[in-house]
Amino acid sequence: MATSFTRMMSGRNTAVVLASIGAGTLASGYLLSDSAAAAAERKRAYPPSADFPDLRKHNNCMASALTPTIYAHLRDKTTPNNWTLDQCIQTGVDNPGHPFIKTVGMVAGDEESYEVFAELFDPVIKDRHNGYDPRTMKHPTDLDASKITSGMFDERYVLSSRVRTGRSIRGLSLPPACTRSERREVERVVVTALSGLKGDLAGRYYSLGEMSEREQQQLIDEHFLFDKPVSPLLTAAGMARDWPDARGIWHNNEKNFLIWINEEDHTRIISMEKGGNMKRVFERFCRGLKQVEQLIQERGWEFMWNERLGYILTCPSNLGTGLRAGVHIRLPFLSRDPRFKKILENLRLQKRGTGGVDTAATGDTFDISNLDRLGKSEVELVQIVVDGVNYLIECEKRLEKGQDIKIPSPVPQFRK
Amino acid sequence: MNKAVVVSGCWLPGLSLHEAFTDLLHVNPQRSVDITQPSFDSPSSYWLRAGVGGNCGRFSSLRDIHSPAPAAAADPDPNPDPHQTTSPQTEPTGQPNVIMPFGNTHNKLKMNYSAEQEYPDLSKHNNHMAKVLTSEMYANLRDKETPSGFTLDDVIQTGVDNPGHPFIMTVGCVAGDEETYEVFKELMDPVIEDRHGGYKPTDKHKTDLNSENLQGGDDLDPNYVLSSRVRTGRSIRGFCLPPHCSRGERRAIENLSIESLDVLDGDLKGKYYALKNMTEEEQQQLIDDHFLFDKPVSPLLLASGMARDWPDGRGIWHNDNKTFLVWVNEEDHLRVISMQKGGNMREVFTRFCTGLTKIEGLFKERGHEFMWNEHLGYVLTCPSNLGTGLRAGVHVKLPNLSKHEKFGEILKRLRLQKRGTGGVDTAAVGGVFDISNADRLGFSEVELVQMVVDGVNLLVDMEKRLEAGEGIDEMMPEQK
Repeated sequence: MATSFTRMMSGRNTAVVLASIGAGTLASGYLLSDSAAAAAERKRAYPPSADFPDLRKHNNCMASALTPTIYAHLRDKTTPNNWTLDQCIQTGVDNPGHPFIKTVGMVAGDEESYEVFAELFDPVIKDRHNGYDPRTMKHPTDLDASKITSGMFDERYVLSSRVRTGRSIRGLSLPPACTRSERREVERVVVTALSGLKGDLAGRYYSLGEMSEREQQQLIDEHFLFDKPVSPLLTAAGMARDWPDARGIWHNNEKNFLIWINEEDHTRIISMEKGGNMKRVFERFCRGLKQVEQLIQERGWEFMWNERLGYILTCPSNLGTGLRAGVHIRLPFLSRDPRFKKILENLRLQKRGTGGVDTAATGDTFDISNLDRLGKSEVELVQIVVDGVNYLIECEKRLEKGQDIKIPSPVPQFRK
Repeated sequence: MNKAVVVSGCWLPGLSLHEAFTDLLHVNPQRSVDITQPSFDSPSSYWLRAGVGGNCGRFSSLRDIHSPAPAAAADPDPNPDPHQTTSPQTEPTGQPNVIMPFGNTHNKLKMNYSAEQEYPDLSKHNNHMAKVLTSEMYANLRDKETPSGFTLDDVIQTGVDNPGHPFIMTVGCVAGDEETYEVFKELMDPVIEDRHGGYKPTDKHKTDLNSENLQGGDDLDPNYVLSSRVRTGRSIRGFCLPPHCSRGERRAIENLSIESLDVLDGDLKGKYYALKNMTEEEQQQLIDDHFLFDKPVSPLLLASGMARDWPDGRGIWHNDNKTFLVWVNEEDHLRVISMQKGGNMREVFTRFCTGLTKIEGLFKERGHEFMWNEHLGYVLTCPSNLGTGLRAGVHVKLPNLSKHEKFGEILKRLRLQKRGTGGVDTAAVGGVFDISNADRLGFSEVELVQMVVDGVNLLVDMEKRLEAGEGIDEMMPEQK
């Protein structure tokens, strides 16, 4: 061991010169001006300059925010679970850009990532969430579904309504970082809690690894089954390790309340139904969430949450509420109107294909949902969707009759 | 340079610094960087001047920052004696081991859970690792790590994530550095034994790169043999392997490789094409020549972490004659390939040996050797490539023989393997097969190429007989 270590050091020392040729002098400059690194920080073979990623062809939030200085400050730090900056940003380094959306380009490995690497997470959060500043602002949480008004859509246009969010179990690492035991622990904690749900929420769990062929086909037909991620954004972050160990799907007997376990987050909670009764979908969503939270608290667990960032999830894009409330809606006239994009923008809505985020729309049917996640409460976001979708339906009806439509004024940003 | 503006757009005050930084970081062997003369007038020039000094001066300032302990050691000799096995400097004491940014993340954390809780579910798996890794073995090995921080879970992740392959029995584990094969011997030895035909932990592997020892091989019938090729891999001692290396480490490997390859002359003289700087034109040319390697898509490779940071630090070097080719930082540090159309395997192998020997010499001149030991031969990322790492093969037309019921048996006896002409994950098209040696370890390079030469000659003879409507039963070979 000793010999191999010294051999390694001598081999590297020469290489360090070559690797940092020119750039090494910049590194010495940085390091000389930097205060002495904490003794607890891990040693690296190379100065940060040699490890700094080449982001010249990149277009994601991480690449826009990561400077050599930030990298040098953070590279040798670790969270209490030993998670590093390089691991946070690997997905953004490996995936320069996405054809349809500006991706975030980094993930958290645990709750502490958002603190330890705040110097990079904060500007990324700001960029992604319209200027939300975690240092100075607070995120409101409101799961009182009774506040929603006009939450019933015209079903000649709206085919289905859905609300989803995610929740993480405090004390266990997130999917990019978790060990097999931690992942199995998440499964155990959540499935135990879910078995306590009653009434219209009572249901059962299907473990991905143990599903029968028939069960699998059934879940596919119902559009419930999630599969091993193929998106390089997710696989590069390490979320698909050990598939399908400790992954599964729980749903209630009515098949309108569904929970994914250990996919992209510890849990993804989904309430959905055919038709346009968004208010009922959201009401069930809030009720289910509250009950699950209570059930895990009875056993001494809680969700990751704090007042700066709201609910903590793997991807910074899902912080705050983690909520996406949306509809599948037919808008043949409006979708062809050149003002469609601007209308959606001002309503703070986003369109996707009906296959999800990586798809384009087919025909005239769109998935329309809220753009924002952080800085507004769940109730506020669902109301925005309700109001926005009602407005889109109005536009569609007017265009049907040959009448003109107006671009609405922009919905205000954060509450003052 | 405008791209740097966009990338660091929110950081205007330091814009030129970032620009300068990434510009210098970019590997460009044609351009010599004279740091005493900053090439542009900007705040960054301050930083350039701050570090000015001789080679040793700059080097030692870096070393001091990172290893303050060996203050008594002299500046290391920039041209260390390659025959010296220990470094002239004293080993720093009390220093934590040098850690790569990946791997080791949870080894301490995992110890909070029992081995049983962490043990992977391998019940649906069919690869060498899964056959060998019992829960007892997992419990024994899980608290270990190599000096650079590679752990058992890092070794086996690809095998856990990929239960099986439709055409071949995969290995299911990789090495992150040379020490992996020692620290995780308990797992690696049985995997190696299983994969390499009963090769024991006490066996010795012989290396023979003297092409004179090959008999014949210059006249495989070109009416059947369309092309001949020999490839192997080499790892640079002291550096971490592709599943584990940091960006800095990978770039260092690239730089060393370029430096050495640039010195080659004669019919080996050539040029390096970094993947990330390639022009459209160069890329198309390399694709047409069948030289270009692309980002791995195989989940076997992706799951082991080899594709991280693509295409940073990756590239292709080839000679002007386009018969000798080196891949840098794909699945191994170096993959060395000699190939040409037709059936002159002898010439291909001769060039292969000459080139490899020269490259090894050039690395040694710079104080680096290849990872090698007398038990495992050349050490590579995948245990399947240990020993010679050599795959000598031909593209050969065998439309009749391939339909014969004994084709599989014949290949087995000849110790040969068939693949499609697209490589390991493809099936054959139009009766044209890629036929190569099945073994890597326990036979020397010459022995393996001899098997291919003799074997392919026999296969072609059999094909001719079947074409003529005759039988081949009396030609059946013995098991080698």
